[in-house]
Amino acid sequence: MVATGALGAVGAAAVAWPFINNLNPAADTLALSTIEVNVTPIAVGQAVTVKWRGKPVFIRHRTEAEIKEAEAVPMSQLPDPETDNKRVTDTAKKVRPEWLIMIGVCTHLGCVPLGNKAGDPKGEYGGWFCPCHGSSYDTSGRIRKGPAPKNLVVPEYLFTSDALVRIG
Amino acid sequence: MASSHGTPPVFNNKVISWIDHRLPIFSYIEKEYHTFPTPRNFNYFWNFGAIATVMLVLMIATGIVLATNYTPHVLMAFDAVERIDRDVPQGWLIRDLHMNGASFFFIAVYIHIFRGMYYGSYKAPRELLWILGVVIFLLMMATAFMGYVLPWGQMSFWGATVITNLFSAIPVVGESIVIWLWGGFAVDNPTLNRFFALHYLLPFIIVAVVALHVVALHVHGSNNPTGIDPKGPQDTVPFHPYYTMKDGFGVMVFLIVFAAFVFFAPDYLGHPDNYIPADPLVTPAHIVPEWYFLPFYAILRAIPDKLGGVLAMFGAIAVLFILPWLDTSRVRSCTFRPIYKWFMMFLVVDVIVLGICGSKPAEGFWVPLSQLATLYYFAHFLVLLPILGKIERPLPLPPSIADAVLKKKAV
Repeated sequence: MVATGALGAVGAAAVAWPFINNLNPAADTLALSTIEVNVTPIAVGQAVTVKWRGKPVFIRHRTEAEIKEAEAVPMSQLPDPETDNKRVTDTAKKVRPEWLIMIGVCTHLGCVPLGNKAGDPKGEYGGWFCPCHGSSYDTSGRIRKGPAPKNLVVPEYLFTSDALVRIG
Repeated sequence: MASSHGTPPVFNNKVISWIDHRLPIFSYIEKEYHTFPTPRNFNYFWNFGAIATVMLVLMIATGIVLATNYTPHVLMAFDAVERIDRDVPQGWLIRDLHMNGASFFFIAVYIHIFRGMYYGSYKAPRELLWILGVVIFLLMMATAFMGYVLPWGQMSFWGATVITNLFSAIPVVGESIVIWLWGGFAVDNPTLNRFFALHYLLPFIIVAVVALHVVALHVHGSNNPTGIDPKGPQDTVPFHPYYTMKDGFGVMVFLIVFAAFVFFAPDYLGHPDNYIPADPLVTPAHIVPEWYFLPFYAILRAIPDKLGGVLAMFGAIAVLFILPWLDTSRVRSCTFRPIYKWFMMFLVVDVIVLGICGSKPAEGFWVPLSQLATLYYFAHFLVLLPILGKIERPLPLPPSIADAVLKKKAV
């Protein structure tokens, strides 16, 4: 009886799995996972938004002041402690503090924070501000205030040259 | 044909008689909707079950017609809905009926839920009836949410993004669940496709649960404004023609108000941002759900912690499932509960306050107000309800429904 029941349960799970897995991202969706961006037109102090995997990616060419500000923050003040250095390192371990590359999706409930365009509110910490539920991020994209639990996510990226960055 | 309850009806029509002998649908209708003994003292609050049923049928009928002109693709959905509004014959009417129908379905259901709570309809032996009702409410919320995504406007897209992201609050597996829900790395074409499929499916599941709700209702019959059980024929009237007429009248009045919105203010309950095509790179300055979700949205935002907010929001509905066991009073109707009656009215005010908070930006004095209102909401169910049943002294119950009705008349 137990063996029959157990076998039945295994069988039911084996049948259910294709139906559940069917809803996961398809091969063509997964194939769209890399883009290449030329960063030369982005002047110091400017930021652009590019689309990657259907999501906005922020590329900010930070000013000296913004970099200094981000580096000076003590870890104890961060809800999700992370050094600025770590957030500007590409997959080849090369640090480029002037380029901050992040997924532009608030870690609370997925809105796109403001702060990339000139004239946008940048929040209390000079980085980004999410209008949906009021989360503020600093010049390193780290969460400082509001309901978001995590820093803005830094995707895997690699500078293939000084001008080209590959995201994903 | 006025057969008394219990004896099988005799049909004069030979065809009906032939069918009924093999498949007793006519006996069933006769028993459950004609002679069915129903308390004689219903007030107009008892109309809203029938009204909600009419709205469900209307939503399915209009929805099927809309689906024939709709395309669930991110590049075509918005234009398909605009085409329905502008080019398809009477498309504007069908769409406005469907769009406003959702709101009016929720209005009917919220009043129906209030009726159940005020008159204690959830108490023994109607606990399962009540729980099935909460299941219907949950299914309605899921259906309405997915339906709102289909026009693929800004609010559609960002509503879908925010609500699906609620699941990312689940520890460890949250992110994988969200990607699974989306079928991609963001709300995109696979998401729209599956939402359309589910939006078409769920209403039929609602129909099935409504059928169970009605079956459970007809076991012990309806509650009534006094909350006491009928004790004999003097306390009841046959369902038809008494309540078919009363329900019919209530449905007509409700539909007049509904028609006023459909024809004169079809977009009053909607949001103008949803007439901007979805843009995954720009979030609208102020995201709000449809009005019927606002109280729950306010609870979500009241808690300054992501997981906590999500748990509180789902908890606000989950608490309804155990309502029959939280209420310790043996008296059903608030009519005879002098203290609880006022707390019940205050709960209504509280939910309206939550709704207003949910529609405002999460800043300034709205934040503490929504926190206070959230606290009261849970305190009502988890603290006040269990304690009041013990300490409240109910008013004397009338000996029977007939007594209550006739005494009222005499005054």
